[in-house]
Amino acid sequence: MSLPDPVAEGVASGWRVLDGAAQTQDLQLSCDVLIIGTGAGGGMTAEVLAEAGLDVLMVEEGALRTSRDFRLLEAKAYPELYQESASRKTADKAINILQGRTVGGSTTVNWTSAFRTPAETLNWWGERYGLKSLNPQTMAPWFDLAEARLGIADWQTDPNPNNSVLERGCQALGLKHGRIRRNVRGCWNLGYCGMGCATNAKQSMLVTTIPGALQHKAGLLTRARVERLLPAADGKSLLGAEGRLLAADGHSLNGQQFSIKARHVVLAAGAIGSPAILLRSQLGGAQVGKRTFLHPVVVSGAVMPQRIEAYNGAPQTVYSDHFMHTQPLDGPLGYKLEVPPVHPLLMGVTLSGFGAGSAGLMQQLPHLQVVLALLRDGFHPDSQGGQVRLRQDGSPELDYPLNDVLWDGVRRSWLTMAELQFAAGARQVQVLHEQADLQSSWKAARAQIMQLPLKPLLARVVSAHVMGGAAMSSQPEEGVVDEYGRHWQLRNLSVIDGSVFPTSIGANPQLSIYAFALRAAHHLRDALNS
Amino acid sequence: MITRRQLIKTGMAGSVVLLAAGFLASPQPDLPAASQGHLVFLQTGDAQIIRSLAPVMLGMAGLALEDIVRGVDVAIANLLPAVQQELRQLFDLLGNRWGRRWLAGVHSPWAQAAAIDLAAFLRRWQQSPLLLLRSGYQALHALINAAWFGNPASWTALGYQQPQQIMGLLP
Repeated sequence: MSLPDPVAEGVASGWRVLDGAAQTQDLQLSCDVLIIGTGAGGGMTAEVLAEAGLDVLMVEEGALRTSRDFRLLEAKAYPELYQESASRKTADKAINILQGRTVGGSTTVNWTSAFRTPAETLNWWGERYGLKSLNPQTMAPWFDLAEARLGIADWQTDPNPNNSVLERGCQALGLKHGRIRRNVRGCWNLGYCGMGCATNAKQSMLVTTIPGALQHKAGLLTRARVERLLPAADGKSLLGAEGRLLAADGHSLNGQQFSIKARHVVLAAGAIGSPAILLRSQLGGAQVGKRTFLHPVVVSGAVMPQRIEAYNGAPQTVYSDHFMHTQPLDGPLGYKLEVPPVHPLLMGVTLSGFGAGSAGLMQQLPHLQVVLALLRDGFHPDSQGGQVRLRQDGSPELDYPLNDVLWDGVRRSWLTMAELQFAAGARQVQVLHEQADLQSSWKAARAQIMQLPLKPLLARVVSAHVMGGAAMSSQPEEGVVDEYGRHWQLRNLSVIDGSVFPTSIGANPQLSIYAFALRAAHHLRDALNS
Repeated sequence: MITRRQLIKTGMAGSVVLLAAGFLASPQPDLPAASQGHLVFLQTGDAQIIRSLAPVMLGMAGLALEDIVRGVDVAIANLLPAVQQELRQLFDLLGNRWGRRWLAGVHSPWAQAAAIDLAAFLRRWQQSPLLLLRSGYQALHALINAAWFGNPASWTALGYQQPQQIMGLLP
């Protein structure tokens, strides 16, 4: 028996898929709607528009990798499926960012956690940014639609031991907690979602909406990097976009260029990629790239007496929002507790320390339990996020300074995590900081955490959620797009991805992007077909 | 040993330091190493730096050092040109005898440096007051760890294995 690969079969059956690396001449293409990027925003939009009979062309910088390419091997997956081999960093290198770069974008590699946008976040956008029609009631049908399309449902299987420790710790400390819904159908409970789903159980864009669009005659051009959007002479609309085709290695140029004419352009290249394309096109506007948020994540590891095998089983099934609600929304940063899957390469890179100490920890890998805290940035007045800018060669870089309000959240969340892990029976706990080491009691851990210096590249900070940079606003001068993702100045440009959020989401963002994309895409469909 | 005052001065001219690496004499490999196979990014001297640092970074003896060198090379080859350029500066700086001696504080050539001196270098950069040196340490840490723990040869010692119920079904 071998595993089916429906996407590869679809391509073999004649789907309109062009590999940029295979082109020996420049490409000149045209379509009704050009969609730049195939992640959560682009994938959802593509299916809605293609089903409505529009001629859709998707362009993706990454390659088309399908389930037969997914071998549960980090050393293969990270270079092939992630931005910058999963080592994309903020400008001062203090935050490591995990972001997808393949057909399906981050949905191909995410950990399948599905949360609706928290009501308090939507209400805040109404009060603070005048986005009144994005309230929990009006958004509910779009969440329903996204959940139905992607099989998002309660996860019936028991949490793996890594998640169970979080649950037990919450119970012991009296912290509110819950189970995470997941976008899977027929999941094998393997735990390798981050390397691409080999069984096609994860309902990523790769196996749902992109095939849906391709079946409705949409086209897909891969290994194609959009360099810039092409403005029309009137300066109020776009003619299309142009860029360069990449070679088979996925990053060098293959020498050919492409140019695509389109009635409408949808920018869906993610919260670093979309602002970068606007900046490269000199269609910046004052707000482009500003207020880019990350949900900065800090981490605590525990050595448990029992085997945890945090590399096995659905990666995220338990969460706690307790500390999202202990302070005002715009007060000291709230944080969400979850656990990450623990695989050797990513753990080796992420652990602090070197030499015998870290070797000793790695050799206890089956007993390692890891908790993470995801800080809710963008609400406190001092939490303004980062700014996407361009390097000299045009590649994007996110400058995200870590400041006092963030460090305060870092320390509080370290304390919570360490206390929780001891409460759940940890033998030893170590927060990930270059001056921390294994502590054998909550009291000792607390004493150490209280004196750790809060500095970039001493504290380990990571992120898997990039949001903002092309924010929705109720007034043109306050943002980049309106509530439907329509660009305020260019009448045939929409931004439909995580970059439209005016703050961070305060939860893993995939379902928020799906729902906002569906809402924007239906609106766009009606406008284009009228 | 470089003084704190010198370090601070260096840090204030952080990018100048890295740029200066390019102006100093081209890296002089401490040892004419054996054939490097087909390395894309790493030069002979760079490979020796990895070979010397890996056992100290990973806290392990008897490592398959050539595999680690190849792993680091592949990892760098997959990074953005802008990031590769920074790593080129880092390796040029460490490969240069002045950089090794005065910025890394390692007095013997990399191939002969004692483990204790290599550990002291890593410790200094890991804990440096200068962001630039901390980022240099972190780059070496990430590359060496990725190269080793991405290699299935490292897994037995960790007690890690891929889920057997699916591995036989993969193409």
